[in-house]
Amino acid sequence: MTAPTPTTDPTPPAARGIPSGVRAVLRNRLALAAMAVLAAMALAGLFAPLVAPHDPNAQDLLARLRPPAWLDGGAPGHLLGTDQLGRDLLSRLVYGARVSLLVGLSAALLAGVIGAVVGLVSGFLGGWPDRVLMRLADIQLAFPSILLALAIVGFVGSGLWTVILVLGGTGWVAYARVVRSEVLSLRTRDFVTEARAIGAGDLAIMRRHLLPNVMAPLATIGTLQVAAAIVAEASLSYLGLGVPKEIVTWGAMLSDGQLYLGTSWWIAVFPGLALMCTALAINVTGDVLRDVADPKAYRR
Amino acid sequence: MTLLELRGLRKEYGGRIGQAATVAVDGVSLAVAEGETLALVGESGSGKTTLVRLLLRLTEPTAGQVLFDGGDLAGLTPARLRAVRREMQVVLQDPYSSMNPRMRVTDIVAEPLVTHDPAVRGRARRPGLRERVGGLLEAVGLPAAVQDRYPHEFSGGQRQRISIARALALEPRLLVLDEPTSALDVSVQAQVLDLLAELQRRRGLTYVFVSHNLAVVRAVADRVAVMRHGRIVEIGPAAQVFDAPGHAYTRALLDAVPDPDPRRARRRKAG
Repeated sequence: MTAPTPTTDPTPPAARGIPSGVRAVLRNRLALAAMAVLAAMALAGLFAPLVAPHDPNAQDLLARLRPPAWLDGGAPGHLLGTDQLGRDLLSRLVYGARVSLLVGLSAALLAGVIGAVVGLVSGFLGGWPDRVLMRLADIQLAFPSILLALAIVGFVGSGLWTVILVLGGTGWVAYARVVRSEVLSLRTRDFVTEARAIGAGDLAIMRRHLLPNVMAPLATIGTLQVAAAIVAEASLSYLGLGVPKEIVTWGAMLSDGQLYLGTSWWIAVFPGLALMCTALAINVTGDVLRDVADPKAYRR
Repeated sequence: MTLLELRGLRKEYGGRIGQAATVAVDGVSLAVAEGETLALVGESGSGKTTLVRLLLRLTEPTAGQVLFDGGDLAGLTPARLRAVRREMQVVLQDPYSSMNPRMRVTDIVAEPLVTHDPAVRGRARRPGLRERVGGLLEAVGLPAAVQDRYPHEFSGGQRQRISIARALALEPRLLVLDEPTSALDVSVQAQVLDLLAELQRRRGLTYVFVSHNLAVVRAVADRVAVMRHGRIVEIGPAAQVFDAPGHAYTRALLDAVPDPDPRRARRRKAG
């Protein structure tokens, strides 16, 4: 009837040295590969002037449309070949990584912050703030964001920060919806009631109890949005409405290469591959992050 | 001395135009004296939980008053209400959902302290806070060293102890226990009840103990209030309510309790 139950947890304290999440990531080869790709891209972008063999905008009209070094006619100085103006493709890819990652991360972060705040307020407070914010979200959703981006860029003029602000400002709806629906279920949980009974204010409850519990879905959508923003930036640049011509971007490279696809495929294929690998690596990383962000998922 | 008093408390839900409102609590008046345990019993849907939410001021009553230590909770400014909340804390039924799964035990137990005393916030005050949390955990029979764990690493009984430690953090005078043992095994239930009794002895706490388990109520209550359809149908000293129930519903409720002695159970049925 009154059998004593142990009051301490049986897991040995030594096993708690390394966070279990970190160990889980190290065991997952796919995740390691994806993160390695991302790290390589980030490092290449960060140290572009050191990594790139040439100036990305230096033209060499005598060495136009050279194929990659391992093909006939390739020059050893241009590992991935040159474009129609004789610019080194590898160097341009490296510099392009800089812009793509900067735009992708900043836009996703900006959208995430806006979306999280909107979702928290909307879900937690309910009532008229909820109705107003969700109608705004509907309007945003009904309007194709690339069209909106086009309109704004066309109006304000192209520029790196314009692109980031536009992509960030149009991407928040996905976050807001998910955060709101999570909050709707979280706010009826006992620990929120308990916090209210303790006397915690709305802001404290949102910060301490709701936000940490929506971080996992936020991170997942965030990674998807990074990939989406990179692709969106490429689309804008492809259409000539992204960043100014002297800044190298993968999208602009794709659009340049399109004309020469029949004869010099490498101009368009390499930036395309870079775009694809980056987007894929980000999505895989996002999946892993989501699992790790849940303290219960990797319990042993 | 009366610590908590409810006067004609009423709560309706819904009730739009052309639709009758659901009355969850229908004119409840009662008083709880300092240091006593008042048990609130009744079947599911009898309004117990709504009453708890009303007396903690988590919901606004449709009519009636809640007086804590003589003061009406209705007219209070948010700041004054926060001050009153220091004195009345709650332990909820389900120890699995009453703690934020992403907070460590330190932060869970320290939440009331941090909420009411901004001075303890911040990294510099951490060691002192840890010590206080350690003391609270020891008071509920857990080692102080469990602070760095997450709630999912504990059993139901242990979690309920953590819940109680959190409720005690501000040294309240009134503890509202909403079915504190109903999610636990019988043996663990007994331990938690022992702990509650001991804490009451040592700290002079007042309990409002909500339960549908009459065996538990018999063990802990000084007085019992029986609720049905949002009303209190009977209230009195525990011994009187249990041994000489005055209301037919109370008798029905008591008869529904399975008797552990089969011979007596048969006799009761026959009689």
